[in-house]
Order: sequence, then structure tokens, then C-alpha cells
Amino acid sequence: MSIIQCIKTHYSRCGLMSIDYSSVGLRVGIEIHQQLATREKLFCSCPTELASDEIPRREVRRFLRVTKSEVGEVDPAAQYEVMKGRSIIYEVPEDHVCLVELDEEPPHELNREAVLITLAIAKALNSTPVDEIEVMRKIVVDGSNTTGFQRTAIVAVGGYLTDEDGLIRIQTVCLEEDAARKVDEGRGYVKYNLDRLGIPLIEIATGPDIKSPEQAMRVAFKIGLLLRLSGKVKRGIGTIRQDLNISIEGGTRTEVKGVGKLELIPKVIEYEVSRQLKLLEIRDELIKRGVRDDDLPYLIIDVTNVFLNSKSKLISSSLSKGLKIYATPLKGFSGLLKKELMPGRRFGTELSDYAKAWGGVGGIIHSDELPSYGISEEEKNAIFSSLSLDKERDAYVLVISDAESAERALKAVVDRARHSLIGIPKETRAANPDGTTKYMRPQPGAMRMYPETDIRPIPITQELLREAERLKPPTPEELLTKLVREHKLTKTLAEQLIRDPLIHTYLNLVEELGDKIQPHIIATTLMIHLKSLKSEGLDVSVVDDQVLKTILSKVGENVLSKDAIPEILREYSIRRGETSLEELIKKYTGIGIKELEELINEVIANLKETLLIKKEKAFNIVMSEIMKKVRGKVDGKIVAETVKNKLKEVLGIQVS
Amino acid sequence: MASRVSVGDRVRIKKGSLVYEGVVLPKSEFSSDKILVIKLDNGYNIGVDVSDAEVEVLSEGVVRFHESELSSSIVKGNGNLKLTFLSTGGTIVSRVDYETGAVRPAITATELLEAVPEFIDYASELAVVEYSRLFSEDLTPAYWAELSSEVGKLIKSGADGVLVAHGTDTMTYTASALAFALRNLPGPVVLVGSQRSSDRPSSDSALNMKASLAIFKEAPFGEVVVCMHGTISDNYVLAHRGVKVRKMHSSRRDAFQSINDAPLARIDFPEMKFRLLNQRFIARSKREDFSVLSRFSDKVALLKFYPGMDCGIIDFFVDRRYGAIVIEGTGLGHVRNACVDSIARATEEGVITVITTQTIFGRVNMSVYSTGRKLLKAGAIPGHDILSEVAYVKLSWILGNYPGLDRKEYVELFHENLAYEYNPVHKDSLFPVWSHEH
Repeated sequence: MSIIQCIKTHYSRCGLMSIDYSSVGLRVGIEIHQQLATREKLFCSCPTELASDEIPRREVRRFLRVTKSEVGEVDPAAQYEVMKGRSIIYEVPEDHVCLVELDEEPPHELNREAVLITLAIAKALNSTPVDEIEVMRKIVVDGSNTTGFQRTAIVAVGGYLTDEDGLIRIQTVCLEEDAARKVDEGRGYVKYNLDRLGIPLIEIATGPDIKSPEQAMRVAFKIGLLLRLSGKVKRGIGTIRQDLNISIEGGTRTEVKGVGKLELIPKVIEYEVSRQLKLLEIRDELIKRGVRDDDLPYLIIDVTNVFLNSKSKLISSSLSKGLKIYATPLKGFSGLLKKELMPGRRFGTELSDYAKAWGGVGGIIHSDELPSYGISEEEKNAIFSSLSLDKERDAYVLVISDAESAERALKAVVDRARHSLIGIPKETRAANPDGTTKYMRPQPGAMRMYPETDIRPIPITQELLREAERLKPPTPEELLTKLVREHKLTKTLAEQLIRDPLIHTYLNLVEELGDKIQPHIIATTLMIHLKSLKSEGLDVSVVDDQVLKTILSKVGENVLSKDAIPEILREYSIRRGETSLEELIKKYTGIGIKELEELINEVIANLKETLLIKKEKAFNIVMSEIMKKVRGKVDGKIVAETVKNKLKEVLGIQVS
Repeated sequence: MASRVSVGDRVRIKKGSLVYEGVVLPKSEFSSDKILVIKLDNGYNIGVDVSDAEVEVLSEGVVRFHESELSSSIVKGNGNLKLTFLSTGGTIVSRVDYETGAVRPAITATELLEAVPEFIDYASELAVVEYSRLFSEDLTPAYWAELSSEVGKLIKSGADGVLVAHGTDTMTYTASALAFALRNLPGPVVLVGSQRSSDRPSSDSALNMKASLAIFKEAPFGEVVVCMHGTISDNYVLAHRGVKVRKMHSSRRDAFQSINDAPLARIDFPEMKFRLLNQRFIARSKREDFSVLSRFSDKVALLKFYPGMDCGIIDFFVDRRYGAIVIEGTGLGHVRNACVDSIARATEEGVITVITTQTIFGRVNMSVYSTGRKLLKAGAIPGHDILSEVAYVKLSWILGNYPGLDRKEYVELFHENLAYEYNPVHKDSLFPVWSHEH
């Protein structure tokens, strides 16, 4: 997205972000996870479709166990949850889950169809298959895998993808099982639905060769298109997920998980670069202020007394629940906690994320944001003095919780604050829907992986490779040829289309509408009508694939004229779906040729004299009158033809 | 090329334009000869065909692969029970070595306490003994003899509880062997296994072992029991009477269920609450009354009858001087009429033939049909509701410890309810009801 648009809609400091990405040394690698459209799951014969809400389900309750020697460097927050005895509830929808997903039966053999598709895609990425696939277990203890590990295997290594800004190396192509779907979470439990567990996923990891946010989106798009063209991957929300590894010179490599939408990628990168630059500024400021590690001791002080007569509803209701208020000083941090790193996310938010993840508290309150939450200036200052802090120079953080959670939360806050003196901690972050990110967990060190002893190694035979060759997706050039030759698109339109994310919508619609409508009408609708409405500044987000499909199929059935397409799209967008599509279609439903003739007769009769005087303009006059009445309902060409005929027939006027 | 590469070496493999670096691992039985399995630095293993590759050893023996000796150790705890954890092998003590990928059926006290720290709260003294590293299908009557005298020694020397870790496949056999060998137990002996190995975060072993602590502390019975999950959730663990339990599923964690009898007790989690489910139990004896009869004969056979079975199979065992044969018959306890003569011959030769039922649930009744009556006449002994596996072990134990008995005494002893291997009352609720809603 453009910086201008960014300033308009999102971020007050976009100007600062018109960053020269090559000068900050941006390097991005992408990992794409895409569900494969196999008939069966990766390690059992269950279907790969998700269960609808109506499907009856049972529940199974489990605990996961983790010992230090097994998982040295796993997510400490998850480990804490495990140790705390958080129970994991699994929803087991009938007919979508068998004993394998329940971890009640060993995995069956690796799904051959999934291996073939992965090999085919690997070939399209110029990767080299390994000679024998060894399935591994990757420890994951959040409960999303009933086993406590995810099964994953490298199928191919190396390879590359061409891009306008240089070659993008492929590191690995893996085949792995998708995790269970989280459906609920509360105090002491987390709930997953098992329908998604075991759906085959291909994971494609690029090298850190991407140098700009736009290039990242383009590369993700290219890989997505290639996956799509294989015809063997799932479509729809949640079937593709992108992770980004982002680093800048002097910063730290950050992993961002779960970027669902392609369009979000540049934003996530921009925001992450901004966050890292701001964090470096904070570091420099702290150094300038002379703040040192020993200014930040693990000091946790009960300051409940300050609030005994507080007018803050938040405080009084918490105190009545028996919670207390704990404070930790942050010497030298005054003003820094309110520094915005990303839209709506300040340095204080970063500290808050740590407190939430490690302490399980609801969040923090920091001195930079006070007075607020009903906490008064006097109370704010009282804490400054009870902590013996200088309110001009120092800051503090409060949590409202029990003593144990407070200790873990504030200790994490101090750790994070200490790290800000050095730079940027290595984090795995989760993408929010607006492109900002939040702290998820520290990055795992050397990943804890061990062999899946229940599954035999799978040799990649010549036979498999030959079969895979047949599934290899077409290259973009081959697709272009197909669009021009078979779909009869103009070369320009086809070229535009294969570079646009709307290609997916196009291919979906061609596939679904089949012979009902000519592909060029679909392409024109997407690339010309929809784009021109967008460039007029209309928000066309209500026009989803289903809306397009309905309109286009009506055109295919000759209920609507193709000229009605832009009109309906315009009205539908302006009314933001308030007028139902059915009503709009009715409004624009074409009129029959007889009706058209009657209309023309009527107009000619009314204007007879004028027309006979201005013979040479007769056609234009009648056309403009008729079009006022039938625009969008009849193909303009047909109107013109009929008007010509009628003028000749009724008034004897010959139109050239 | 590959001949000078050893498992544990760090190597660089050049193959075409690709270069791999990693540590050479032992490969699976299924890998082809040309394949070298290496662990890459990202943790993944891959198999590389090195017949057309250049392999360079970067450093030798980066990872060591060695077999450790059987170990044993004693730790002090804060409780008041003298406990021994005795490992025979099997899934419950199997762990994958993260570095090498090799499966190691070994356990140390440290590993046990990491899995179940509660041992420290219950035990005054905990001995962790690695007795053997055997998969349960490899155990024999001779092994039962050794194991039961070992457990007997521990009890005689004052153990309040012995926890035997065991592979699940033949757990009924070993549990029954212990139940017959250890007479007048002063406290429970618990066999524990797991259906998911202990190195998995989802292993059922920790909960099963934890449950044994509640049994040692609270159970009123002095019996050999099997402690396994009651459901596929981590809700509760059941303590089954060793002579009445059977592995009823090849993989589920609730595979073990009591047959023709109610489980003795149930331990609910996470509270770890002990609840007695069966009032019919053998109470703890005085320690001085405890005795061990630990011999087992290997001259007993267990056959499954099937339509068209060659009756010569029975003759074969008689000719081989076997002392007893258990035939798992159909329904109420039948084999084909053609085999009646072979059974009569066995009886004449002094071989005991016991008939049990393949239906698993229910009891044998050989008076209902003429075939049954003919079999009885030929000398076949009805096994009532004893499990076939338990009948086999009991006969092995009788033959081992009472070699001189005459046929009548032999049959009487077989029918004597020594460890509650027979249940005279089958309540309707003892038969599981399948769900037919979907």
C-alpha cells in the first residue's frame, strides 16, 4: 500500500516511514504454509474438509507433559501453562476425526498423494528432492497437536524463484501436518477442534533475499499462484498462511507468524521496520540518559495502600475481588513508554505483552499513560514518591493481580526493559488483522526435533518423480498462453491478470461458471470495471467472490446484459450491500426485444417532427432518449441496431 | 566412500550442485544401503543417496552411540512408603535419544522423578531398578519365575509397594504369574505400562504411574493390579485385578479393561482421588504370612480353535509330553466333534485339557449342547469364566510348583479361586455396551 494511503487512513507518522529499505538493510524471508487438497489426511484416511457446526461432537480432555530434558528451549510461557496443569479439551466431530488424530492409534503411512503434490510443486520451484524422506517430530506443547509434536519432513531442498528484483532462493520444501483449530480459551483450559489436525500442509521457505515490502508481497503472490496453478491446494480463508522473517541492519531477526492475507504483508514489514527503528531510538535515548542494567532491579512492591480510597472503578472492583496492585520502577524510562512503535502500539504495549504472556495478567498500567483508568494525578504521584522515583525522569509499571502472577508478570517486564538497553530481543510475534504485531514467545533456539519412529522412511523413487512430473503446475508463461489461446483474452489483459491477486478470483470464476459465460467478460469485470470503481475511490470490499459469481451467472443466463455489470457493482458498493443483490439484479434485469421496440416506437412517435427535421441527428436523439431508460438492461449494440431499424421502418430515415 | 563414514561423524556431502552438512545417524531397517541419513543443523533428518556423491568427514564421532549398562539407584523422599520401581522394559520406559534418534528402553531415577515428581512426596525411599530391557512379547515362563522371586525378595525385605513397568502386550500374563506366585501379599503390586511412549508430551505413562502412588497409600487390597487409563481422556486411571484384565485394543490408552469383573479401584485426576469400585477383593495380609511360589513350567500350550482345525495339533502336544493344553473354544466351550478323540487320548496320557471361550466375555458351559457333553466325557476341564491367558499361566504355575499331583488334585487346584481369577457372579453391568447412535 502506498505511503499516501497509509497517512490518510492509518498512521500519523507514515511520512517517517518513507524509508529507503536498501539503506536500512531490510532482509525478509517468507515461509508459506498451504493446505493441500488431498482426498485423505496426511497420516490417516479421514477427509480433509472442516466439520460444520451442525456435526455432532464429543469431547476429550487431556494434559500435556513436558520435562526439561526433553524441551530445553521451548516456549517458556507454554511450558508454564503445562506445568500449571492447564487442561486441553478436544472437540471430536463425528466423521472428521479418527483415533489417529486423537493420538490413540499410530500414524498410518505418509499420504502418497501429498508426497506427489509436494514433489510437483518442488519441481516448479527448481528444488531438488531428497532421496529418502525422514518424518520428524517437532515439539509443540500448546495443545494444538494431540501428540505434543507436529510431524514434519523435508521433501526437497534448494531451488529458486525469479523476481524482477533478483533471484529468490528457496531453502526447503517441507510436508507437514496442520494443527488443530483453537476454538476457545479460558482460565485453566484451552479448547481445540480436531477436524483440521492432520490436513497436509506444504511449507515453502525462501532465503532472506527479499529487500522491500512490495517485493515480499510479490514473492508471496508468485508462490501462491504457483501453488494455486497446481490445482491441488485448498482454497478459502485459513488455507494459506504466511510467516515472515524480518530483519534490518543493526536490528534483530523477528519472526512474524500467521499473516493470513497477502495484502497485509507489506504493512507487516513496514510496521516491523518502524518498530525496530523506534526501539533502536529508545535504546540510544536510554544510553544518552545513562540508564544501566543495575538501575532496573527485580523490585516488586505492593502499592495497594495508595489505592484504598481510589475512585477508579477498575481498581475498586479488582480490590473487592481480593486482587492487589503491584508496582515495579523503571528508572530513567519517563516518556519512553508512550513512544509509539506501530499504530496504536507503544513501547508500553510491548511491556504489556510480556506481562500477559508470562504472568497471565490482563495487562499493565504505566506511568506515562496516567492519569487514566480513573486513577488520579495524586495517586500517580503518590506511587512515584512511594517508589522514591523522580517523576520527571523515571517511570513505573503497575499490575492488578494476585502475588504470584504479579511476580512473573513484572519480572518479565523488567527483563524486557533491560533488553531495551541492548537492542531488540529475538521474538516470535503474531500478526494482528491490521498489520501490527504482538509478542508471542521467544524464538526457539536449535529446534527440538526427533525422528518419528512410527513411520518408515519413504524413498523417492524414479516412479514417484515421473508421476510428480505430471502434476507439475504450469509456469506463468504457460498460464499466459492458456489465457490468450483458450480463454481468448487480449494479451494485455492476460498479462495484467497474471500479475494481479485477482487472478485467483478469475480462475475460480472460470472454473465455477464453466461454459456459462465467456472468460473475457469475467476478466473485464475484474480488471476493468472493478478497478475503475476502485480508482474512483469507491470501497468495493463488499463485492466478494459470491457476489461476482451471482452477477456473472445472471449475465451468462442472459437475464442481465453485460453492460449492467458495472452499474450493479457501482450501486452495490455505494449502498454497501444494504440493497440486496437480488433487488439490484431485478432492477437491471434486461427488457425483451419486443418491449425495446415498443419503447423506440413510442419515442419516435413523440419526437416525429423533430426527427424528420434533424434527420442526420435522429439516431443520436433517439439513442440518448432510449439509453436513459434502458441503460444496463440491454446491450448497447442491440439498442443501436434496433433504433436504426425502427427509424428506417417508421420514418424512412437511413442511418449510415 | 561410505565405508569410512561412521555413525556419529559430522560430514559434508557434495551431490551435483548441492551440498549437505550434518551428523550421520543410524538408519532405519527400511532404508536402502545407498542411503546415508543425516541430521541437518536445522534439526531435520534427510536421507541422501551417496552412491553418486562425494562424502567428506569433517569431524569424527561428534555424537557418541553407546549402550549403557542396566542401572539402579536409590533416592530418599519425604513420604513414608518404601517403594521400588522395577523396570522390565517396554514402551513405558522407551525414550528417543534426541541427538541420535535411537530408541532406548532405559530409565533412571532422575528421568522417573522428572515424569512423576510426586514420588518424592509419597516415598520415604525409592529404589529405581532397571531389571531388564525386554519387549513384553519376548518374555517367557522362565522370566516370570525370575521376576516373581525378585519381587518376592523386595516384599520380604520390607517394600510397601512394588511398581513394575512392563510392556503392555503381555501384561495380563505377567500380572497373572505374579498373582499366583506371590501368596498372601501384604500390599499391592502394581503393573504399569503405557500406550504412548514416555518421551511424548502426550504420554499416558505419568498419569498411570502417579495413580500407583494412591494405590500404595490407600488401597485396602493385597493383590497384583494393572494400572492404566480408564478412558481416552486423562480423567481417571483404573486399577484392574491382574487376573481379570485384558488388553482389548491394539493402541488406545484405555485398552486395558476388566473382563467379567469390575475394576478394583479408580483414581480420579487431577485430584488424585482414590475410590474403591469392587468390594470383592483380597485384603492385605500380614507380612509374615507372605510366601513365594515362583516356579513356572514351559510345558503348557494355548490353542485357539477354528473351524476345520487339524485335531493332530492336540496330538502333537501330547506326543511332545506337554502337561496341559488350554483350548480357546467357541461359544459356551466347544471344539469340533472330530477332536473329541484327541482330547480323550490326552486325558488318557495324563495331559490336562482346559476349555475356555473365544467370546472373552461370559463363561463356559459345556452341559448345554451335546458337543460340550461329549468333551466333558472325554476329560476336558471347563474353564468357567477364566481368561484363556490366565488359564495358561495358572496351569504353568501349577505344573511348576506341584509336579506330583494326581489328576483329581490337579483339577481341584485349577478350579480353586486363588487370586479371584473366577467370578461366580456376572452382573449385567459387566458387559460393555457399544454405542449405536451413529
